[in-house]
Amino acid sequence: MNGPFEFALALGDDALVAAQRLGEWATRAPEMEEDIALANIALDQLGAARLLLSYAGELEGAGRDEDALAFLRDDREFRNCLLVELPNGDFAMSMVKLLLLSAYQVPLYTALAGCADERLAAIGAKARKESAYHLDHSALWVKRLGDGTDESHRRAQAAVDQLWPYHHELFTADPAAPVDPATLRADFDAVVSPVLAEATLTRPATGWTPGGGRDGVHTEHLSFLLAEMQVLHRAHPGAQW
Amino acid sequence: MTDPRAAVAAVVDPEIRVITIDELGILRAVDEDPTTGRVLVTITPTYTGCPAMDVIRADIRRALAAAGHPGAEVRTVFSPAWSTDWISAEGRAKLAAAGIAPPAPVGSVGGVPASAVSAARVGPVGGGPAPGRSAGVVPLTLAVRCPRCGSPETEQVSRFGSTACKALWRCRSCSEPFDHLKAL
Repeated sequence: MNGPFEFALALGDDALVAAQRLGEWATRAPEMEEDIALANIALDQLGAARLLLSYAGELEGAGRDEDALAFLRDDREFRNCLLVELPNGDFAMSMVKLLLLSAYQVPLYTALAGCADERLAAIGAKARKESAYHLDHSALWVKRLGDGTDESHRRAQAAVDQLWPYHHELFTADPAAPVDPATLRADFDAVVSPVLAEATLTRPATGWTPGGGRDGVHTEHLSFLLAEMQVLHRAHPGAQW
Repeated sequence: MTDPRAAVAAVVDPEIRVITIDELGILRAVDEDPTTGRVLVTITPTYTGCPAMDVIRADIRRALAAAGHPGAEVRTVFSPAWSTDWISAEGRAKLAAAGIAPPAPVGSVGGVPASAVSAARVGPVGGGPAPGRSAGVVPLTLAVRCPRCGSPETEQVSRFGSTACKALWRCRSCSEPFDHLKAL
């Protein structure tokens, strides 16, 4: 990530892949209200993805629109962080993942709202309001699960332990970017630490810090996700409803 | 040929059909090119992923064509971001009459502020933090009144509802569930 194109692409890919994963919960959530909630959050992520990818396409100037960027790139051309492409796992895993993602997206979009790029600023101002709801929702669930039954606590702690290494990639310094992700770290910690504490969950020590998503080096999970997401568009190029 | 502004303002929201796009506050401007007479409409979405936007654009063009202004252009802007504070008083009354509790004002708090990320805002499930909380030192939650019986004894069931802009609530007095347009 250095120029505005790579930056918009990375953020757009984060939101797009997160939307696809959240959408997998449709008809499978533990209760109907949650099913609707996750579909709504997925829709918000998709909305942000469309704005960011459309803008990335314009910045690139190679004639690629949002559809070309979403459906006609292979995994090595995607710039999303590894966190969003990981499988949903159980409900605790999905809620902890959403907490880490939204605790990053809220300060990111807030900072974006004040950046010099007018288009990115407008997208940030809009998306930040929606992300605040995602953060509230996931924080509420992580507290319920962590400070719930023995089984829900065990699962929530397992999710935190498994996902924690992946959040470091979100804050890799990039001073040339419109917003340097490293500057968002303090806001993230200020939100996540009290939530984990109240949820009686232990914040893991820093150890393994996997990365590579911003350079197009992904886990195998992204390839399967893209295969499902892209198959219709690739089988019927240019098809319209 | 009728006034293009009036024609566009009468277009109803496709998902909440009791309210017009003007009353909802998503209609930002209607301009007419003085030389060509071509109409340029500026709208803004409630939510980035609002699936009704394509229908709204088509409805605007259709309404303008019927009013004698064919070939109108509809432009979508994202800044300033839509707020529920832009819903008119008449719009709020129509929402309430249709069984949808209108949102509390967020103006003084500036939409969902950065402070919304503070863990303190996350309350217990069920009674959940209501939108429209004051920014003062003492957290003040504005009651959402039941649109059917008027009781302030209500609780949030889920902050996400049948459309992106609504939350699901329930009245503890009359037991009826209802939609609440959540403050944004």
